[in-house]
Amino acid sequence: MAYFKNWLIICFISVVEIQSSLQTTLPENQNQPYRTAYHFQPPKNWLNDPNGPMIYRGIYHLFYQYNPKGATWGTTVWAHSTSKDLVNWTPQPIAIHPTIESDINGCWSGSVTILPRGKPAVLYTGINSKNQQVQNLAIPKNLSDPHLIEWIKSPYNPVMVPTDENKIAADSFRDPTTAWLGHDGRWRVIIGNNIRRRGRAVLYRSKDFVHWNIAKHPLFSNKDSGNWECPDFYPVSTRNEDGVDTSCVGDGLKHVLKASLNESLSDAYAIGRYNLEKDVFVPEKGSLGLDSELKYDHGKFYASKTFFDSSRKRRILWGWIHESTDAATDKMKGWSGLQAFPRKIWLHKTGNQLVQWPVEEIEKLRTSKVISPITELKGGSLHEISNVTASQADVEISFEITTFESVEKLDQSWANPRAICGRKGGTAKGGLGPFGLLVLASKDIQEYTAVYFRVFRNETKYVVLMCSDQSRSSLHLVYDKPIYGAFVDLDPVKEKLSLRTLIDRSIVESFAGKGKACITARVYPSLAIGKLGAHLYVFNNGTDNVKVSELFAWSMKTAQIN
Amino acid sequence: MKFPLIILAILHLHGITQLKDQTLIETSCRNTPNYELCVSTLHASPSSATATDVEELGLILVDAIKSKAESGVSAVDKLRRLHPELREALDQCRMSYIAVIKADVPEAVAALTKGIPKFAEFGMADAAWEAEICEGSFESAAESPLSPVNKDLHELATVAVGIIKILL
Repeated sequence: MAYFKNWLIICFISVVEIQSSLQTTLPENQNQPYRTAYHFQPPKNWLNDPNGPMIYRGIYHLFYQYNPKGATWGTTVWAHSTSKDLVNWTPQPIAIHPTIESDINGCWSGSVTILPRGKPAVLYTGINSKNQQVQNLAIPKNLSDPHLIEWIKSPYNPVMVPTDENKIAADSFRDPTTAWLGHDGRWRVIIGNNIRRRGRAVLYRSKDFVHWNIAKHPLFSNKDSGNWECPDFYPVSTRNEDGVDTSCVGDGLKHVLKASLNESLSDAYAIGRYNLEKDVFVPEKGSLGLDSELKYDHGKFYASKTFFDSSRKRRILWGWIHESTDAATDKMKGWSGLQAFPRKIWLHKTGNQLVQWPVEEIEKLRTSKVISPITELKGGSLHEISNVTASQADVEISFEITTFESVEKLDQSWANPRAICGRKGGTAKGGLGPFGLLVLASKDIQEYTAVYFRVFRNETKYVVLMCSDQSRSSLHLVYDKPIYGAFVDLDPVKEKLSLRTLIDRSIVESFAGKGKACITARVYPSLAIGKLGAHLYVFNNGTDNVKVSELFAWSMKTAQIN
Repeated sequence: MKFPLIILAILHLHGITQLKDQTLIETSCRNTPNYELCVSTLHASPSSATATDVEELGLILVDAIKSKAESGVSAVDKLRRLHPELREALDQCRMSYIAVIKADVPEAVAALTKGIPKFAEFGMADAAWEAEICEGSFESAAESPLSPVNKDLHELATVAVGIIKILL
């Protein structure tokens, strides 16, 4: 078969084409210490899943689940913003809201597929008049409008529905992905579902993007993983960090299947092969189980979605970061929900995992670079990093371990990374570590969020643990303050331990090992607020000294989001 | 007494249906931290007799939580006049109960109706939390005149979460 030629990567092109607001007003910023400076959020109200991210005629689009009526989830619409650089955004009118029988009770999540000749098409989940989950199709009204403000819904809607024949449950059929072309020229799309707790990616095929037929089998499923939401299926290069169009197949590629697991609120993924003939995904690493070690982020990060940025040949990941505050506080704030900063995502050269890193455009927000002279952190030391706006900053630090004298042994009975990070209450004294950063810290260090490493010995090798500890993040505000943890695939004997943290008022996004482990957290300090209240420290509460090979901190400018 | 056969048959069938619904309530309530409260709250509602799925049971519990929060608001409004020294804590409690009524309950109802139980869990977990926040805003538990309401609200909400988790 022609498409199995070994040295080619082939991207299927279809020869078939398909046939044809409510302004979010800006309130004034009134005493809102937790609203972000450079993370995407609307001026007010509730936001959840990112929808249909794409690039069209050089302009990036982000749609998102939005409740125009308040700061909790409700009857959602597709709100819409555009950008030239993924950093500064221009709000647009609401793109899709309930208007037809098949979305009258909600316009839920979905994706964009770029059809032949660059035409975007949206597939999204609608809640119909009977409160059933169905899939709808929408296309831009005017393709020559680069901002794609108006969208028209297909007269064929709904294009996919749960029926007695296909045995799909009407309350478990949502979040269509970006479609891809198969070997027979037909489009494929997957939709999140479950049958008796078996999480499934239900597969549909279509010649014309309007008439869809369900496949006999799902693309993949896992029997104990619970309901799957927001699936995503895409190829990744095994040769470099470049992104690849969603329809590409061939040598030099693996495929990634991702799902948001309802029961554990985590975004898990598996890496494997896409069997073109059988139309199934065969995992080689990971299996999308509930306690999957392979997940995008080990903190708060859900309902994520990637898209292929053709302008710069990279794949970009968006994710929803919800609040950790209670509903009464959200009502008072008048808003709820952020997007993570967009991340480039690619397959690590070992093929063992995906790697993520904030898109490089973020660097245009960096100012007033501080280069710390610290070269070593003695055990039990603490240093302030001054001359940085610690409430909105970008910090990069690299540690070098030269002595392993006091390293503790990893106890096999310790449950999981989170539990290990939480032992002895977080930043308590250790052998080799904890060492890292205290961010959004008050001057007296009564309040802080700690992001750090601990190193353990496990038989003949060393294990690196990354922790993000929110338990002391606010003295006076009551909210959910978990401790997150992840093992990082780094060899502290041969490699430096790098840590990058994006700090933005009430969100802390940390990346260890240049993106091998990511932890996102929400915090709401009561003292460490603003230019004067927030401080930044580097610390080592271990017994052994550690070397610091570099420590940079930038104050971040405020982006134009609304 | 002799009953006509058909009446006997109807009564028998009615008994079987009731047994089936009992089983749904019983099995569902076993998934919650307070079986007795779960069963008694559901039985207290007339619509539980005809409930055929877990979503309906969830909606009954959410409604009970709404009533409990409303009684909390009434209690707060009475107490504010009598205890000006507790003004701050009572104001916090009022905000918490209002959040349950205006945000958590509608969110949970919509989520259960539309088949996205995750948001129902968010809402009911928050309701339990609002009860804790209210209680915690008093200097001590002894000082809180709302302890009975908060305890009930918290218990009911954790039961609701248990039911909702069946649907996740």
